[in-house]
Amino acid sequence: MEKEVALSVKNLNVKFNLRGKILHAIRDISLEVYKGESLAIVGESGSGKSVFTKTFIGLLDKNGWIDSGEILYGDKNLAAFKTEKEWLTIRGKEIAMVLQDPMTSLNPLKTIGAQIGEAIEMHRGLKGAACKAAVLEILQDVGITEPERRYKQYPHEFSGGMRQRVVIAIAVACKPKTLICDEPTTALDVTIQAQILDLLKNLKKKYDLTTIYITHDLGVVANVADRIAVMYAGDIVEYGTSEEVFYDPKHPYTWALLSSLPQLGKKGEDLYSIKGTPPNLFNEIHGDAFAPRNPKALKIDFIERPPLFEVTPTHKVRSWLMDPRAPKVEPPEHIKELRKMGGKATWQ
Amino acid sequence: MAVGKSKEKLLEVKNLKVSFGEHRHKNVVVNDVSFDIYKGETFGLVGESGSGKTTIGRAIIRINPTLSGDIIFNGQKINGKISKEQDRELTSKIQMIFQDPMASLNERAKVDYIVSEGLLNRKVKIPKEKRKEMVDKALLDVGLLPEFSSRFPHEFSGGQRQRIGIARALIMEPEFIIADEPISALDVSIRAQVLNLLSELQKKRNLTYLFIAHDLSVMRFIADRIAVIHKGVFVELGETEKLFKNPLHPYTKALLSAIPMPDPIAEKKKVLTVYDPSIHDYSVQKPKWVEIEENHFVLGNDTEIGQYRKSLK
Repeated sequence: MEKEVALSVKNLNVKFNLRGKILHAIRDISLEVYKGESLAIVGESGSGKSVFTKTFIGLLDKNGWIDSGEILYGDKNLAAFKTEKEWLTIRGKEIAMVLQDPMTSLNPLKTIGAQIGEAIEMHRGLKGAACKAAVLEILQDVGITEPERRYKQYPHEFSGGMRQRVVIAIAVACKPKTLICDEPTTALDVTIQAQILDLLKNLKKKYDLTTIYITHDLGVVANVADRIAVMYAGDIVEYGTSEEVFYDPKHPYTWALLSSLPQLGKKGEDLYSIKGTPPNLFNEIHGDAFAPRNPKALKIDFIERPPLFEVTPTHKVRSWLMDPRAPKVEPPEHIKELRKMGGKATWQ
Repeated sequence: MAVGKSKEKLLEVKNLKVSFGEHRHKNVVVNDVSFDIYKGETFGLVGESGSGKTTIGRAIIRINPTLSGDIIFNGQKINGKISKEQDRELTSKIQMIFQDPMASLNERAKVDYIVSEGLLNRKVKIPKEKRKEMVDKALLDVGLLPEFSSRFPHEFSGGQRQRIGIARALIMEPEFIIADEPISALDVSIRAQVLNLLSELQKKRNLTYLFIAHDLSVMRFIADRIAVIHKGVFVELGETEKLFKNPLHPYTKALLSAIPMPDPIAEKKKVLTVYDPSIHDYSVQKPKWVEIEENHFVLGNDTEIGQYRKSLK
């Protein structure tokens, strides 16, 4: 079945100017987001995953710019947008974003009702009673009980999980087609995390959304993602369906990221941890960015950037290991265990 | 495992109650909690935010005053009024590692000062050279370079900052460390490094940990015994493997089901268990704290305990 493309990124490069030095944050990324899917972008802090998605809604910091490349959305090229007026036709209306920390992303001086109403008034033109009715409906949708009473309350009267629900309500208030969730659950407890993920899944169904999750925790996305893209040092090193990435990962970085999950740790043994630190993006990167931290790196990894090898039509990997001339390197033990687990993972 | 290790008690907590506010606004956040921590073990404390897990840690280290109950460390009562002498000694014996490495370091002090600040408070003054030596050693112990001591916290990444926090605790040569969510603010890949460091230090120095977290997946890896706390009350306590194999209390089950597994097929089939405290009917029978199998305690009334026993077999 041919899937419809919602958003298509072509050879995107993003740079920042930091005190006169140039930082190459996004290095030549191409990726397609399909309509109605849920895509997860996974990587360490500083890998550029947030910067990458911020380019979709024109929220790059002032010292950053799109150096080259295209972001095609419908018949528009978002990368060529210059003015705030152009962005307002996309931001919120077409693509909305849920930010990480519910403690800081709400205005503490305004009631919840006013904050959600503001978005509705601006984008849907509803006023007065009609606006309030719409707010109450959305509050109900995001699982806030007693919306009438909650409508008049301030953010400090809400718990962390409830605030995140409000932030989600604001994002979906203007009926966007695409929802970007930037670490939606990192600041929350596990039990609340599971509930918020459940809520996002239900909203996706109800509003027919395309969702993009950003997270550093691969464990979180198994539940929600149809497809996963793994980012490292401003580049996407591997992407595929979530089954492909979890059960048959190919890139050494994906191996390392999966192996370091505490869920796979054994008592008495050391947890797997990635040695070294991510590369400094002020310097130009030669070859495979992960090579210096990869104990089994090949010689060519240090010289030339690997091309995108195709494993299956949906699964692509940027690693020299996939080259027919490369030596066979077995994935580490943890990865084999994951494959064995295939659908039977439990705690017992 | 706690079984193999000495059964010598390092810390005893008996019927601890902690409250905030006065009179009409009194709010009991830790209600009648009792547990022992043995020498050399890692005792895990799990619960959601607001459950009182941090308050227990802070009561032990004497930041929060207790309402009633006893906290006994090495055979001596340490809550309530104690002598200045004892207080000073305890400060070095019990140390704490905090959650957010971005907020818990003094931004305007150099690493050298941050790490050695605790030493300055000792009665016997330590000469400058000796202090420098100790800082260097503490930094090396946590995998940082001694050169870092002249830098400021903002020059470090989150993982490195957390290591500075650990070095600051280690330099006091504590016996007991309270680690309050030491890894929740860190990236997954850095988490592994910090956890490994903590367990390595424990082996080398025979440390005892109270490890506070909201995430059971980490606990399985690091803790010998786990206590689950809900709304200021312990609901289950057991050896890690027993607890994971036979979770009895519905709240423990809900916590376990909430852990995301790196297995997409299983995850997409998973039905989330949500804990609803109203399932307990405690109006007639009051709940009791029962040892249901060896080293495995659970809270419940007679009917519930009966059901739990059945599910064990």
